[in-house]
Amino acid sequence: MVWVDAAVQGVLLGGLYALFATGLSLIFGVMRLVNLAHGDFSILAAFVAVVTVQTLDVNPLTALVVVVPIMGTVGYGLQRLALNRLLGRGILPAVLVTFGLSIVIQNGLLEIFSADSRRLNPGGIETASVPLGGGLAVGAFPLLTFALAVVLLIALQLVIGRSPIGRAFRAASDDGATAALMGIDTGRLYGLAMALSLAIVAVAGVVLGIRTTFTFSSGPDRLLFAFEAVIIGGLGSLWGTLAGGVILGVAQTVGARLSPGWGVLTGHLVFLAVLLLRPSGLFARSRRVD
Amino acid sequence: MTLLGVQNLSAFYGDFQALFDVSLGVTEGQTVAVIGANGAGKTTFLRAVAGALPVARGAVTLAGRAVGGEPAHALVEQGIVLVPEGRKIFASLSVEENLQVGAYRKRRGPWTVERVYRLFPALAARRHQPGTNLSGGEQQMLAIGRGLMANPRLLLVDEISLGLAPVVVKALYDVLASVKHEGTTLIVVEQDVSQVLAVAEHVYCFRKGAVALEGEPARLTREQISAAYFGA
Amino acid sequence: MSATAALEVQRTTTASRVGGVGAVLVVIGLVLVPWSGDAGFMRAVVEFIALLVLAQMWNLLAGYAGLVSIGQQAYVGLGGYALVVLADDLGVNPFLAVPLAGLVAAAFALPTAALVFRFRDAYFAVGTWAVAEVYRLLIANTDALGRGTGRTLKAVFPLARETREVVTYGLAVAIGVAALVAVYWYLRSRRGLGLMAVRDSEPASASLGVDVVRTRLAVYVAVAFGTGTTGALLYLNLLRISPDAAFSINWTAYTIFIVVIGGLGTLEGPIVGTLLFFLLRHALADYGAWYMILLGALAVVAMMRYPQGLWGLVAERYDLNFFPVQRRVRRSLTSVEKGSAR
Repeated sequence: MVWVDAAVQGVLLGGLYALFATGLSLIFGVMRLVNLAHGDFSILAAFVAVVTVQTLDVNPLTALVVVVPIMGTVGYGLQRLALNRLLGRGILPAVLVTFGLSIVIQNGLLEIFSADSRRLNPGGIETASVPLGGGLAVGAFPLLTFALAVVLLIALQLVIGRSPIGRAFRAASDDGATAALMGIDTGRLYGLAMALSLAIVAVAGVVLGIRTTFTFSSGPDRLLFAFEAVIIGGLGSLWGTLAGGVILGVAQTVGARLSPGWGVLTGHLVFLAVLLLRPSGLFARSRRVD
Repeated sequence: MTLLGVQNLSAFYGDFQALFDVSLGVTEGQTVAVIGANGAGKTTFLRAVAGALPVARGAVTLAGRAVGGEPAHALVEQGIVLVPEGRKIFASLSVEENLQVGAYRKRRGPWTVERVYRLFPALAARRHQPGTNLSGGEQQMLAIGRGLMANPRLLLVDEISLGLAPVVVKALYDVLASVKHEGTTLIVVEQDVSQVLAVAEHVYCFRKGAVALEGEPARLTREQISAAYFGA
Repeated sequence: MSATAALEVQRTTTASRVGGVGAVLVVIGLVLVPWSGDAGFMRAVVEFIALLVLAQMWNLLAGYAGLVSIGQQAYVGLGGYALVVLADDLGVNPFLAVPLAGLVAAAFALPTAALVFRFRDAYFAVGTWAVAEVYRLLIANTDALGRGTGRTLKAVFPLARETREVVTYGLAVAIGVAALVAVYWYLRSRRGLGLMAVRDSEPASASLGVDVVRTRLAVYVAVAFGTGTTGALLYLNLLRISPDAAFSINWTAYTIFIVVIGGLGTLEGPIVGTLLFFLLRHALADYGAWYMILLGALAVVAMMRYPQGLWGLVAERYDLNFFPVQRRVRRSLTSVEKGSAR
């Protein structure tokens, strides 16, 4: 029973990981960019939520109404003012600039908010539980998170698959130069992609902050888990990313049941195993790893 | 009315100069052929006009307005559309989506998806298949159809005969003839000289990044063209 | 009348002669430091050399081999722990254990490469980091290695403090000189040229007979050796090791910033960068995290606007090249021209 319980919790945790992973996967798909500050932006969003909750005296989930647009705007600005210039210059500039950004954000948060760990309090929902029958019960909040992840993925899938802008994203991911010949302003498009990426990861950050404590240095682990979820699931498939997140979540929770220090490590080992045995991921649409 | 004016157009790839002071004019409704050997600068010329290469502001004018240096997406808005060399069909999009993305800027005009399908029935049969699943000839049709979806004022067509069987090429040129009939201005770049001369009113022969010969096809002899093409 | 001019490949210039002499003077100066008896200064020099070597290693990997790794802290940690295990558990002389720890790190580099070389570019970078985390967590879960609290290097306790400090210092100087000479010599060699060719174009260099995979692997393992040795040196200096500190991403952060700000792809760049790093850290010592913020911001700006780094700017301006790794092609004077030029 303990194992079923752990597995179920792992699945729900996977929903959260999918939220983290989706933004990363989106910008890599559209512009071959890996944002090493991705996790740090989610933590930045969590701290923005902390401030919003304090100043406006609202529930953290309500604060999303403020946090998401702020982070989306930050993403748009970052891409258009800085990151767009790095595209086409090879991998080194983008990696180093976003790495530098990661360090700046972490240390900035440390300076402003100190090293104290924080938590967002949504007023009770985080402790509620939902019975699933057979003596099994799950937390209401993790269930809500998973549902939210699924809803967001469906919405994103619809946008990418059916809308003009979704076609533009896909065209640009195939061939940015030819996309420009179609009349697509790739500079703006990439800005929108980054805005979307940070908006989604902002939700992930706030959810994380409700679920667990966080500090200025919680960002890098989030990036790593997001990256692992994307790789396990395989590039090019949003549902693959969800599957990857779930597999990672289950590996971590089951591993933690085996031995408390082994949760995250088990996740890493599963990730490395997938990398060794099936480098393009378990559900990849394309066979590329780059 | 001169639709496209090109004055002293020079273009560079880094330190390498590909075009040297090219000047020419295209009247509205005209079909112009640009011929020349590999590396003569034909594709570079089209890309420069389409905004895919940085050029001097005054080097390219559209209906009198200087548009040199404007980015490609802005020029599509103004009606300059390039059907690129090598077709460049989007693999992640279906046939129909490839056409739809051609209309991204939503320019007013007669071309719709249905109209393109009437022109190219083969595409309609495969509308939901990935764009790159098509044969070479069908992909070229798709590329042209995608260009038409932007309702161009000036359609630039780059080497559509490349790698295709003569009967397919003939069919494509028949399509170009009907597009021309609608009043669209065309600049057609080709290595297959005979096909393009049949449809063009004026021809420019490029060599080493400059215009080596120009004139009406009917007035130029084989020898003249050959000399300009290869260099005497 | 014009004499035929030949082209000659020039390896040495005035600047490089100056650089060579300068380097020798610096080394002599370093050797004389212990006579001043200033232990604090010696420890600072050890740290300086350690960071410089880490930077040169990362520079070799990223700037020359084109492998951008953000997981080099794995080898810092592995080297440090290998030192403790070799010296305390296996009774090896702690000073001898330093290069041996480097070999241990290099041994770990082989399976690591087998994994991470499946990635390209940015995914390679994150992959190296994931592996570093695995090493950290494995060690943090191992009782014999002290778990999360870590261990203390006890093998040096029998030694008098001055002796330990001076020998550590001497070892550091030896490692620093050896590393720099090795990198310089390698880059100026044919293999080094092959390496730069691989960085610039894989297909082109492969077609010319350069074994791309082996070259990259050899460099990766060699850099792991250098990084591991430096890690061991660092913990010989600090005496206390824990997983979070030894495998901290900060090692990578410091080296990246040093190399980027100083100048990627040159030998002088990391030297300038390390100097700047120490200056900044000293100047902003009372301002907490600000020096990291400033360093990060400088690195971002450098990468965006001045990719050649501080040294690159100076070198371009004055055409200086103290430790040249390129070869210059010059027209050489024939003997007739030489004679008449007088």
